[in-house]
Amino acid sequence: MSNTVLTVEDLSVTFALHGSEVHAVRDMNFTLTEGEILAVVGESGSGKSQAFLSIMGLLAKNGRVTGNAMLGDVNLVGMDKVKLDAYRGKDIAMIFQDPMTSLNPSLRVRTQLSEVLVKHRGFDKEKAVLAAIEMLERVGIPEPAKRSNAFPHELSGGMRQRVMIAMALLCQPKILIADEPTTALDVTVQAQMLDLFKSLTEDFGTALVLITHDLGVVAGIADRMMVMYGGRAVEKGKVDDLFYDPKHPYTLGLLHSTPHIAHRAARLDPIQGLPPSLEHLPKGCSFNPRCAFRFERCLAERPPLAPAGEGREKACFYEGELNYEKVA
Amino acid sequence: MLGYALRRVLSAIPIALIAVSVCFFILRLAPGGPFDGERALPPLVLANLRAHYSLDQPLVVQYFIYIWRLLHGDLGPSMVIEGFSVSRLIAIGFPFTLTLALTAFVIATAIGLLAGMVAAVNQNKWPDYVLVLAVMIGVIIPNFLMAALLQLWFGVHLGWFPAGGWVTGSWMHLVLPVTVLAWPHAARISRLMRGSMIEILGTNYVRTARSKGLGERLVLARHAIKPALIPVVSYLGPGLSYLLTGSLAVEQIFGLPGIGKYFVTAALNRDYGIVLGTTILYMFIILALNLIVDLVYAWLDPKVRYR
Amino acid sequence: MAGITGKDAVLTDYANRLATLEAPKGRSLTQDALRRLSNNKAAVVSIVVLALIVIIAFVGPYFVPWTYSQVDWTAIRKPPDFDKGHFFGTDQNGRDMLARVLQGTQMSLIVAGVATVVSVAIGVVYGAVAGYFGGRVDAVMMRIVDIMYALPYILFVIILVVMFGRNPVLLFVGIGAIEWLTMARIVRGQTLTLKEKEFVEAARAGGAKPWTIITRHIVPNLTGPVVIYATLTVPEIIIAESFLSYLGLGVQEPQTSLGTLISFGAPVAEVLPWMLMAPAGVLITMLLCLTYIGDGLRDALDPKDR
Repeated sequence: MSNTVLTVEDLSVTFALHGSEVHAVRDMNFTLTEGEILAVVGESGSGKSQAFLSIMGLLAKNGRVTGNAMLGDVNLVGMDKVKLDAYRGKDIAMIFQDPMTSLNPSLRVRTQLSEVLVKHRGFDKEKAVLAAIEMLERVGIPEPAKRSNAFPHELSGGMRQRVMIAMALLCQPKILIADEPTTALDVTVQAQMLDLFKSLTEDFGTALVLITHDLGVVAGIADRMMVMYGGRAVEKGKVDDLFYDPKHPYTLGLLHSTPHIAHRAARLDPIQGLPPSLEHLPKGCSFNPRCAFRFERCLAERPPLAPAGEGREKACFYEGELNYEKVA
Repeated sequence: MLGYALRRVLSAIPIALIAVSVCFFILRLAPGGPFDGERALPPLVLANLRAHYSLDQPLVVQYFIYIWRLLHGDLGPSMVIEGFSVSRLIAIGFPFTLTLALTAFVIATAIGLLAGMVAAVNQNKWPDYVLVLAVMIGVIIPNFLMAALLQLWFGVHLGWFPAGGWVTGSWMHLVLPVTVLAWPHAARISRLMRGSMIEILGTNYVRTARSKGLGERLVLARHAIKPALIPVVSYLGPGLSYLLTGSLAVEQIFGLPGIGKYFVTAALNRDYGIVLGTTILYMFIILALNLIVDLVYAWLDPKVRYR
Repeated sequence: MAGITGKDAVLTDYANRLATLEAPKGRSLTQDALRRLSNNKAAVVSIVVLALIVIIAFVGPYFVPWTYSQVDWTAIRKPPDFDKGHFFGTDQNGRDMLARVLQGTQMSLIVAGVATVVSVAIGVVYGAVAGYFGGRVDAVMMRIVDIMYALPYILFVIILVVMFGRNPVLLFVGIGAIEWLTMARIVRGQTLTLKEKEFVEAARAGGAKPWTIITRHIVPNLTGPVVIYATLTVPEIIIAESFLSYLGLGVQEPQTSLGTLISFGAPVAEVLPWMLMAPAGVLITMLLCLTYIGDGLRDALDPKDR
């Protein structure tokens, strides 16, 4: 259970914008082991999606990526697109945020599923369609044979996301990246979807990267989590550790701005201020303008991501106790 | 799909009828008639002529006579070219016009689609800039000026192609007219295709297709081209009708034996029969083209069928 | 010819934008667009060049030694001759080409102006009435527009030529009279949204008559689309006019237009190239400028398009 399937080292993503360079992701490092669920958490613009799009070779044209993303002993970063196509969809698959627009509206579900098997497994068309129908059933779509004939717009949002999941899992990839897979769905459907993720990844031994801004989702299924801010990872560790004992002020802030039904707080405490613009990151620690615990060093120097207890890391100079009262 | 097609056909019929009526009355209510020649005709001859063409009847009666004939596929007699029915003139001239327009249409659409795709895939690289220039020339220079310039350069100066006229079966004579007709059409198609393709290449579902590792060729062929065609297809119908009407002018300029020659002369001579007949023919073609476009649209964009 | 500028698409898009915004914001949207337009170099240069052409076409004739119909018997079919003041040469009748090109440009511009005003006027009134009254009136009026869309445009122009004979003013009123369809559609859509707005409701509650509401409250709010429409219509009409004149159906001698000049110049261009080059050059420059202005407007209104 501890085979590493993906090792990401010093991954940085920059975009050329208005003649200057914007760093969307800087020096990202993590490993992913077989069958584990890693949650990547952060506000929008924190670079969490771009990091994984860059691994998949899906950056926009003005984007550039450096570093390594080792899938076994091949480096996906900087790989020629033609070679990359041998891995994308087969060993590493991705599910996108908006199931409404992520399926091709002019092709039948059947076609969109079966083409993956034709390409990567060399199935002939009929066999591929049969396998696709089987997978649709596996992800809980009723009457899969009939639904496979439908066009995407004939399916509900939840159904479409199930189709996306089926599509991603067809080749039983080693890694599945799910970018905000539940954000666009109804709350009731969200829970079903998370259960589905959990059971499927267990069955197939697939490692799941769950990109989300919703800590509720993380609490439900993830094993480990990585919190991102301003393009950098600021805290990493087991979900339980981070939830019960956050060591970075930003993680603390995130936790307190998430509603809990169980202990109904009198009010929610959003983190003060706005997420930083990646074009104008503050000097020193990127979080300093919004941080209640900052001191002089935070304004001058950027804290590195350093080990902080067993199996966890944080990027913060503050060593005292994080007192929530001080935030509020 | 079949029900949708049937509904569309049925709804086109009243439009056709009304449009015929509009043309008929506009033309008839206009001052002047086919026999107001340079020399006044003797009154008796004029009266006989008018009676012969039913022009002495009340307008409404003439209208019903016309519609009745039309329903039997008869477009009536020409009033200036003696002894020729409008249907016969159309039978003589229209096949040529249609050949010219369709040749230009097929060539231009093929070139336009291909150029648009190549430019979209190579956005802001040299193929894209070449296309932008070619589109600009095609869209800006009016067809008669383009014809004059091509005649001058390729016809007179270089002598590669005949500058005008027609010899049966000689495709050399068609090169310049087809170029003049096809260029603006290809330009518009490629501009539409380029824009639409760039938009589609940025959609989430193309990203999904790429994430599946299908290979860029399959991503383009299966996932991008079909939806990218939607705005282009809606232009093809009007495009072909521009080509058919544009062909009238090009025939006139290059001295080709299509319907254009008769039409312009007829308009100058107020020959109701030919003007009305040609207009009606074109109108039916345009309605039919719109219908075909709608059906192709429904095939490309499955959502349309359920409206 | 209709649609060289893609005006239907541009306008629909712009109208949709306006419709989703509140009234005061609509104005700032227009200002915003103007600011973006002024940052577009090609469009600004085009506006300047076009303005120069317009000024020269109307003022120039007073400074040129010859008039457009005057015959110089000593210079027939002569290339440009600066001593005699034939800067663009002379035609087969010994008339000064520069004077004729100026007059032709003037004529093309007047025609474009008249026809555009006519089409805007018809389109706005028709669309506003259809949109304001809605219901059955609207259905019938828009059906008529659909039918007119089905008529072959150029044939219709030629029919109008037949109708109006050779009176140039009437003829170009006629051209304008078919160019209003798109405008009518857009205005109708706008009116449908505008008439639900509070200020229209208030006017109605105050007892204003429909005509007053349309002219006082609805039409003034349509300025944006109308201006764009007018800009995009001008090149279409210039092409239509020069095409008709080329076929011999337009402006008559001794008056002239760019199309007429080109049609006279084209057959003799091998031996008297200046007779084609001057009018063709002016026509292409004008169309180029108008296209850039149109493109500039489109980009200004839809920044994400580029």
